[in-house]
Amino acid sequence: MTRNLISRRAALITGGAFLMTGFAGLRFPALAQGFSPTQSMRGGSNNYIPGAPVVERIGGGGFWMTGTVRRAGDGAPLAGQRIQVWAHTTEGHERDPQSHGATLTDENGEYRLEMPQIIPAFGQAHGHLAYDDPAFKTVFLRPVMTDPTATSLNADFILQTA
Amino acid sequence: MKDIFAGRLIWVAIAIAIGIPIVHAATSPLLAWRSPIYIAAGFAGIIGLGLLLVQPLLAAGKIDRIGPILSKRLHRWTGATLIIAVVVHVAGLWITSPPDVIDALLFRSPTSFSVWGVLAMWGLFGAALLAALRRTLHWRPLTWRRAHSTLAAAVVGSTVAHAMLIDGTMGDWSKAALCVLVVLTTVVGLFNLQLWKR
Repeated sequence: MTRNLISRRAALITGGAFLMTGFAGLRFPALAQGFSPTQSMRGGSNNYIPGAPVVERIGGGGFWMTGTVRRAGDGAPLAGQRIQVWAHTTEGHERDPQSHGATLTDENGEYRLEMPQIIPAFGQAHGHLAYDDPAFKTVFLRPVMTDPTATSLNADFILQTA
Repeated sequence: MKDIFAGRLIWVAIAIAIGIPIVHAATSPLLAWRSPIYIAAGFAGIIGLGLLLVQPLLAAGKIDRIGPILSKRLHRWTGATLIIAVVVHVAGLWITSPPDVIDALLFRSPTSFSVWGVLAMWGLFGAALLAALRRTLHWRPLTWRRAHSTLAAAVVGSTVAHAMLIDGTMGDWSKAALCVLVVLTTVVGLFNLQLWKR
């Protein structure tokens, strides 16, 4: 009787531990491998105009928005993904259509989009970026420039399947 | 302590303290890339900060050549102007970028200066409401004074935090100097009211 109980308890513990680790492994593959999905930032979608066209550059250029786009979990670079960009620049407010544009990632999952100089507005120099296409879940970013006179800004995306 | 602000120099000091940040803002390169409404909203904020410098001095009757009755009357008018400045400030920013202002008003903005700004706005509205309802409330004068002064001190503290955290058109040093003076006159004004005495 007693021996039976102990063995059942051992079985439950072993089974439970197996279920927990197995479940966690399936549930959080991204955490396990270090590429957890990028979360949208607060205020990231402010003044967003959906469907910004892919452009050679926004306006006259002089400033570079750069970054990488990877897949959650294994971190594989994602090619051909559209990243939309907008900001308050020397050529317009965030709301102005000419302040918006998009670019596609290359085979290394990297993107580079030239745009007018971002300048401080609404308290700090910041940019807005969006991944908003069907393949992966939508992400809105609002990175802040530590140096408002810098001529580039980097923002990386790790996307999870929609 | 009593006569720090009593001399004629105070007029010069006030003019310099408010004037330099305004000149800085008026010549800021950032203005070239802002719409007139955004520029007006910014200046309304700067004027509001400037009015906070004289408001405690008027409350304490500390400005040279302004008698106590005129001082209190000017304190009320300055308070009303402050409300208008804040309304123009918020409305102008709303027109410039509605989602940013809605986020700020709902306390879900990513920037801490927005939180301080909105707290200062509500504190100011509260202090003004107390002033408007002073007769109807029938509070003991000291109780009313303590409540109004507490709100006023909160408005000054949050406004200074709001202004200092912003990368805007005022020069960093002239803005910091004005903020220090605003805090100083508030402390002196509150000290003069002797709110701890029964």
